[in-house]
Amino acid sequence: MSIFKKIMTAVRGGASEAGEAIIDANATRIFEQEIRDAENHLTKAKRDLTGVMAEQMAAKREVDRLQREITEHEGYAGQALEKGDETLALAVAEKIAALESDLSAQQQAHDSFAGNAERLKELVKKSERQVAEHKRQLSMVKTTESVQKATSAITDNFSSSNSKLLSAKDSLERIKAKQQKFDDKMKAAEVLESENSDTSLEAQLKAAGIGNQDSSANSVLDRIKAKQKQ
Amino acid sequence: MNIHTIADHLNSLADNSDTGMSFDCQPISGEVDVLQISILGREELPIFVSVTEDQILCISYLWGVEEVKPECIAPMHESMLEMSIPMPLSSFSKIGDKYVVFGALSISSSLADVEHELTVLSNNAVEVIDDMSDFLL
Repeated sequence: MSIFKKIMTAVRGGASEAGEAIIDANATRIFEQEIRDAENHLTKAKRDLTGVMAEQMAAKREVDRLQREITEHEGYAGQALEKGDETLALAVAEKIAALESDLSAQQQAHDSFAGNAERLKELVKKSERQVAEHKRQLSMVKTTESVQKATSAITDNFSSSNSKLLSAKDSLERIKAKQQKFDDKMKAAEVLESENSDTSLEAQLKAAGIGNQDSSANSVLDRIKAKQKQ
Repeated sequence: MNIHTIADHLNSLADNSDTGMSFDCQPISGEVDVLQISILGREELPIFVSVTEDQILCISYLWGVEEVKPECIAPMHESMLEMSIPMPLSSFSKIGDKYVVFGALSISSSLADVEHELTVLSNNAVEVIDDMSDFLL
């Protein structure tokens, strides 16, 4: 059974009560040990891979060197033939034959290292995927257990502090009421602010021609004219 | 990252948070460390944070099964499934007989990420209750 299914079955089956583990602690420990073992194998496989790749590179260098030497000696053999020195040409040809046999051996070794490296790379990738997958599954088990333990801590805290758990609607109403109160306060502050400005009642009255009016040139002139008439 | 670094960060923010919210943190002791986070003005809907080996879980409790109109259970479940992707950063879940919204962050998240998560989760929780109250008794 997959871990997902196990957790689902356990939660649905009511194993969610505190103290009852989804998967017994021992099994979790074994699982953790398995992950650690797999990680150790992975480290070893990576080390092996480095070694094999180094040998592969060395073999490749040897193959290149032999190829170069063969070409070189083929040149020498040609030159010997041109000079009519059949014996020397034969000696060079023997050397070339020996080099070619070396080359074929080195090529074989190189191919074998390359094949090994390829296999090890595949193995490393597969192990990495497996370790990641095991870790994911372990995380699911541990998270489920952690949430259960956290829930019981929260529940205990609520019952010990005697705080009554509100229904969702009541909570929302209270939050909205607080928000409203806050908004009202803000609005009141705005009104207070505006009383010192042009939008105040006094300004509105003045605009309507009620109350004390500012003295204008006309009213001053009217006053002086009235005095002269006296 | 553990609940204490989160608590220290949020408490030290005071009025300087970029999210315009004030947090109050209260650790709850138990088998697993839990941090109860209250947001000023929304004390009724606290967020509970716990830290596991690879993630930070932020959970806000919505309502109990007993608060749902019996005939509304199935449509409510469907709405929750449908809203899980549009709802930013949070998802619905059920712990025991309580419905919750929660967000899970990687353990390597920054404190600013955690702060952002909490703000969004709180907004989501308030909005969800408002918009789904038709399903409730």
